[in-house]
Amino acid sequence: MNFAVLQFPGSNCDQDCVHVLSNVLGHSARLLWHKETSLGNTDAVIIPGGFSYGDYLRTGAIARFSPIMQAVQAFAANGGLVLGVCNGFQILCEAGMLPGALIRNRSLQFRCEHVFLKTQTRNSAFTNAIPDILMRIPIAHGEGCYFADAETVAKLNANDQILWRYVTAQGEATEASNPNGSVENIAGICNERRNVAGLMPHPERASEAILGCADGKSVFESIIAWHQQMVAKAA
Amino acid sequence: MKAKIIITPKKAVLDPQGKTVQNALEHMGYHGINAVHVGKYLEIELNGERETVRKQLDEACHKFLSNPVIEDYRLELE
Repeated sequence: MNFAVLQFPGSNCDQDCVHVLSNVLGHSARLLWHKETSLGNTDAVIIPGGFSYGDYLRTGAIARFSPIMQAVQAFAANGGLVLGVCNGFQILCEAGMLPGALIRNRSLQFRCEHVFLKTQTRNSAFTNAIPDILMRIPIAHGEGCYFADAETVAKLNANDQILWRYVTAQGEATEASNPNGSVENIAGICNERRNVAGLMPHPERASEAILGCADGKSVFESIIAWHQQMVAKAA
Repeated sequence: MKAKIIITPKKAVLDPQGKTVQNALEHMGYHGINAVHVGKYLEIELNGERETVRKQLDEACHKFLSNPVIEDYRLELE
């Protein structure tokens, strides 16, 4: 499978994503500079974490207008798979490819720690191969408080678009397990068409046992499994 | 011509910065403060016909300079 990992000035999780996709999972992953205008031969796009354009104005606000993002919009409109991690999630929200926005953590603190995530649905390209466990995955963000108005959140619930919630080690979504003040403990969502998703936690930083936890790998394995099913169906 | 753009968080959106500043002010002894909202202020210097400029900046505010999901803006031309 061919992954494209975008690279903006200020991206800093791009190499981690490429490493996991190629060295850990054995697929093709190439970096794509933000000035590129075409995705070329790409099956899925990963928008990595970091601080694109120094987080100037708002997180993701400038990156969304970069040339490569126009190609990503067209790719997604055509049904292509797009996953945004951390800053990538912020960019997708700014671009209007996902509903809502990410704002300053309620605590005003930059939170850098492991959290527990409960996968809310396996019915997506990004969650179908996740085992029935709570995933332990690191977060590292200052602006990860997911906000959407009540109507949008109701729609996300009704359409099964909430992919992950922050929970306790026992799997309960409580205020204490919510690291940033996100509405309904939302850690990640997908669009209505279910081909674009974003999450604040970093699965690429938890994809090898040597790093302490490999739970995050199943997010990428889901994308790969989904793609293989699509290819098999088309054949 | 100078354009002044004031961007503030929407009322329904959490504003932990504003709340923290309010707490600090109260702590310093400034009483009677009902709310503090921390936003952004932009000054843009530009030329052009007033109404065209207003229309363009209004669009830029909506598309880029503010995020309508979480922010309101006010545009003034000087």
